[in-house]
Amino acid sequence: MSGSTHVKAKALGDTKILQGAIRDSFRKLDPRTMVKNPVMFVVEVGALVTTLQWARDLTQHASGTGFGLQISLWLWFTVLFANFAEAMAEGRGKAQADTLRKARTETSARRLKKDGCAETVPSSALRAGDLVMVAAGEFIPGDGEVVVGVASVDESAITGESAPVIREAGGDRSAVTGGTRVLSDEIQVCITSNPGETFLDRMIKLVEGAARQKTPNEIALNILLAGLTIIFLLAVVTLQPYAVYSGAPQNVFVLVSLLVCLIPTTIGGLLSAIGIAGMDRMIQKNVIAMSGRAVEAAGDVDVLLLDKTGTITLGNREATRLHPAPGVNESELANAAQLASLADETPEGRSIVVLVKEKYGLRGRELAAMNPTFVPFSAQTRMSGVDLDGQEIRKGATDAIAKYVATHGAAVPQETKEIVQAIAGAGGTPLLVARNRRVLGAIQLEDIVKGGLRERFDHLRAMGIRTVMITGDNPLTAAAIARQAGLDDFLAEAKPEDKMALIRSEQTKGKLVAMTGDGTNDAPALAQADVGVAMNTGTQAAKEAGNMVDLDSNPTKLIEIVEIGKQLLITRGALTTFSVANDVAKYFAIIPAMFAAAFPQLNVLNVMHLRTPQSAILSAVIFNALIIIALIPLALRGVRYRPVGAAALLRRNLLIYGVGGVVAPFIGIKLIDVLVSFLRWA
Amino acid sequence: MTPNGWFQIGFYLLVILAITKPLGVFMARVFNRERTFLDPVLRPVERLIYRATGVEESREMAWTEYATAVMLFSGVSLLLLYLLERVQKWLPWNPEGLGNVAPDLAWNTAVSFTTNTNWQAYTPETTMSYLTQMAGLAYHNFASAAVGIALAIAVIRGISRQESKTLGNFWVDLTRCLLWVLLPISLAAALVLVSQGAVQNLKAYTTVTLVEPQTVQVTGADGKTTTQVVREQRIAQGPTASQEAIKMYGTNGGGFFNANSAHPFENPTPFSNFLQMVLIFAIPAALTYTLGRMTRSPGHGWAVWGAMAFLFLCGVTVAYWAEARGNPLLAQASQAAKSAPVPQVGNMEGKEVRFGIAASALFATITTDASCGAVNSVHDSFTPLGGMVPLINIMLGEIVFGGVGSGLYGMIVFVVLAVFIAGLMVGRTPEYLGKKIEAFDVKMAMLFVLVGSFTILAFSAVSVVEKFGLAGITNPGPHGLSQILYAYTSATGNNGSAFAGIGANTLWYNSSLGVAMLLGRFFMAIPVLAIAGSLAAKKVTPESLGTFQVRGPLFTTLLVSTIVIVGSLTFFPVLSLAPILEHLLMYAGKVF
Repeated sequence: MSGSTHVKAKALGDTKILQGAIRDSFRKLDPRTMVKNPVMFVVEVGALVTTLQWARDLTQHASGTGFGLQISLWLWFTVLFANFAEAMAEGRGKAQADTLRKARTETSARRLKKDGCAETVPSSALRAGDLVMVAAGEFIPGDGEVVVGVASVDESAITGESAPVIREAGGDRSAVTGGTRVLSDEIQVCITSNPGETFLDRMIKLVEGAARQKTPNEIALNILLAGLTIIFLLAVVTLQPYAVYSGAPQNVFVLVSLLVCLIPTTIGGLLSAIGIAGMDRMIQKNVIAMSGRAVEAAGDVDVLLLDKTGTITLGNREATRLHPAPGVNESELANAAQLASLADETPEGRSIVVLVKEKYGLRGRELAAMNPTFVPFSAQTRMSGVDLDGQEIRKGATDAIAKYVATHGAAVPQETKEIVQAIAGAGGTPLLVARNRRVLGAIQLEDIVKGGLRERFDHLRAMGIRTVMITGDNPLTAAAIARQAGLDDFLAEAKPEDKMALIRSEQTKGKLVAMTGDGTNDAPALAQADVGVAMNTGTQAAKEAGNMVDLDSNPTKLIEIVEIGKQLLITRGALTTFSVANDVAKYFAIIPAMFAAAFPQLNVLNVMHLRTPQSAILSAVIFNALIIIALIPLALRGVRYRPVGAAALLRRNLLIYGVGGVVAPFIGIKLIDVLVSFLRWA
Repeated sequence: MTPNGWFQIGFYLLVILAITKPLGVFMARVFNRERTFLDPVLRPVERLIYRATGVEESREMAWTEYATAVMLFSGVSLLLLYLLERVQKWLPWNPEGLGNVAPDLAWNTAVSFTTNTNWQAYTPETTMSYLTQMAGLAYHNFASAAVGIALAIAVIRGISRQESKTLGNFWVDLTRCLLWVLLPISLAAALVLVSQGAVQNLKAYTTVTLVEPQTVQVTGADGKTTTQVVREQRIAQGPTASQEAIKMYGTNGGGFFNANSAHPFENPTPFSNFLQMVLIFAIPAALTYTLGRMTRSPGHGWAVWGAMAFLFLCGVTVAYWAEARGNPLLAQASQAAKSAPVPQVGNMEGKEVRFGIAASALFATITTDASCGAVNSVHDSFTPLGGMVPLINIMLGEIVFGGVGSGLYGMIVFVVLAVFIAGLMVGRTPEYLGKKIEAFDVKMAMLFVLVGSFTILAFSAVSVVEKFGLAGITNPGPHGLSQILYAYTSATGNNGSAFAGIGANTLWYNSSLGVAMLLGRFFMAIPVLAIAGSLAAKKVTPESLGTFQVRGPLFTTLLVSTIVIVGSLTFFPVLSLAPILEHLLMYAGKVF
């Protein structure tokens, strides 16, 4: 999908975003903004306290103000780095929003008055329910439905897909989006949204992060982090009385340093960046999630409902083989099949013509000379064909042809019956061809399963996700396709209400269901599903019912959506674990440093052999600040998801982020200590 | 350390392992109201109780109602004990004619026994009449244990039920726990203890003539020291064995005598000592199996058991090692004095020679892993690191098997936290046995942890800088800090054991420790009950390959790490100023 990368990932090093992010990290120091993030707010207050203390020391000409200054500076850096992470995540969205905004530029619209005359008004004056005319070369002034006409529309501004799409009145291809351009013909559009509420507006808000609300998991995680912060605040505040009792009272720089090192600043500083980056990754995949909640829910999905057509199979069935009846020449059958299909404009009909041409070298003939009478397909006969030169050629479903030949006392030969059954059993669709009420043989129609799907479904199974195919086919055919594509289950002969019932029954079992859909009759199911992905080519109703829109209108995108959802949750969990595990090393750095002056024996706890108490504390604070910067790329990119099952995934991530989280700071703080001593900072 | 010592520890754990399943299954059946072999006898009694008290057996309670019932029951029981203590002088079964208990001590004791703490700021044989011991203290030993178990069962129901508003009926759980779980075994255990030599009578104290008169120095009120010869001793006795059994089995720990399980009338033989230790862990260990059974995931129960057993072994190993190693200064001193070499027996200060180092270290670990608090040696006299083990055990929240009921529900809080922190790493909303862990559950779990650490750290901090707190300390330096810290840790953890050096029978300690005990019991139990209520109402997501597993060694490891990091990091700074510093100073030649 090279064309769909319009809302492409901006490189991390994009200088413009970088500059904006640096500016924003200072702007975000505003305590009214900071207070929304309790962990970093505590750091900011800590930084303020140490700065004031340093200023007081300075005016009183106290000694050792260099240490106080360095601690204060690094605490401010800690806050700024966290702000920078958030600003970077937002910056990427903002850049995308700017591009989108260009598509939203004010255009004029030709609004139809009640008397049918058109008046020119600015697009911002349009309200839901207005009718507008849009001709070739004009921009569609707002979201709406085509009510009259058909036109080709360039939607690249939204989807990045440069090939024009057809939009026509009625049916499932009637939705148009404001900001897209009509390339040919003229259409009449009924506007469906007010200014500021259009799809484009919503998309801009979403990518900018303006409409971002905390997701349920994020709220719960925030409570955990706030709780840990309070507990460590308590531990540090009560440490002073114990220190006083022990005859080793501590100064404010040391206490604040200990506090900041213990509270989970790493995850606290990166949490909102992770969330924004998750939304951003969706957008990079050309999926617009209406809420962060939907992205998160995608990670929890247990069941994927997939429509067969277009998702699992390539559009329509194709003829793949001819099976002549006993005593019938194969080319005779081919000839009849071709004649019967020449006027058949259905994809199946065309595929028969193509097969015969390619396999039997029979080219289409000039039929006019033969004075043909085409018999179109009808629901009553369930056959189509042609009458020419006294020949009556028919093709159709097995039972329809059987009934047709039976009127002449003929029957379907036993061998052919067996072949027909074999075809159906293998998931194909058999058609019979008859000439002059004699069965010539069978045509095998098959669904072509898209390449590479089996592996993807295997991945999903390893994730613990069940895939269910929904099809209007009979159970036999459905089973065969499900087997071929490697699906877990199928729902055959499905009507729209069956889809709904299936979603409900899975949900009452406690499962989360995801599905894709595009038609108006999919809307209720899309609304019922926990993750409903509407195709951008779909109707307005479908788009509004779902909680995501896939701009590429690619039904298999659901798999990527699930992966992004999982990645988002994993990244949060991994960094939380890392952050909490970090505390062990920080204790061993700071506690001996605090009390080694009064009790040199406590230096045995200085397992890292940090040079001086001041250097130890400073190194821990510096490590604590730098680790935020070091992890920004991971937070924005997300921890890779591997479909290996929960146990293996947990083992791996616990090893990397849990054990790694315990070990890494021992090494990091030691290295920083060496550097700090070398630079004579402390 | 000796092979015999290690054998005692290993054999003990094996016995606990053997008890876990049968008792766990039995309790699951009792609380599921399924048939048990005791039904023919106990069912009629149960029905009678309900008829008399008007309890509707089949009525279910929401978590709020359950919590209210717990509070009401405990509140009324607390008042009754307070009253009994205050009027015991005028009541029967007081052959020694002991007076009424002072108000602050009566309050402290009433709270202490209601909360299953059994912190004793008094000397029982000179303070409590037989009636108070039997009808007041022993009653609470049963009742407070039953409340704890009922709470744990309600929490288990919360995990196992789905889309349910209720957690069971507190009155029914309480009654069934008393009749089926506590009474029969206590009765049997009391008889076994009597067979070992524990006393059981209502006699007045006996005065005996000493075979060998003792000369003691007594400091009078005027500060003058005089020498006296003691020729007689009064031997305290009473209905001990009956109280002893439930003291251990209900993880209460309040001794009938001041010397607690070091007293030969309470704990006469090595066998009775072993039995007492087994009784402590019996219910807490078995409840893990009850958890696994009632939630239909035995593997989870065993994973929790595994985490508990691991932490238990860590604790007992350190305690045994530290005590067996003894005080290095003693060996140095004997060398310096060029006297005959002192045999290296380890630290025997404050230990019963009948039990020795291994059984004392083991007992100290068990009694603090659980919220028992019975002691067969003086924790205050342990080496610094040996004494740190009981301290840390209680600080972790007494979840290493833990108190009856409270150990399990405390552990479940850590399970919730472990699942939440690491569960995200499998790429799903964290689930505990199919229940999603959401904001409310995390909030309550954090509240639980916060109440515990706040109570311990804040009260201790005030006590170490204020005169009224410092007055209780009997040793200076880091050991004094340990004494205060241990007192509030023990009270908050509802343990009841003490670094006995501390003089805690003062207005400040009696009242503040009383508050700590109440906070540690009810303000920690209510958040857990709230989690249970919230879990009960949730849907269960069926297990799949993508589901976070709460069983197996990986989960056990995760759970242990969460307990160690979240549970102990808060206390590490103060520990480094107390036992750790004391240990390091001891090796530098300085003792307190």
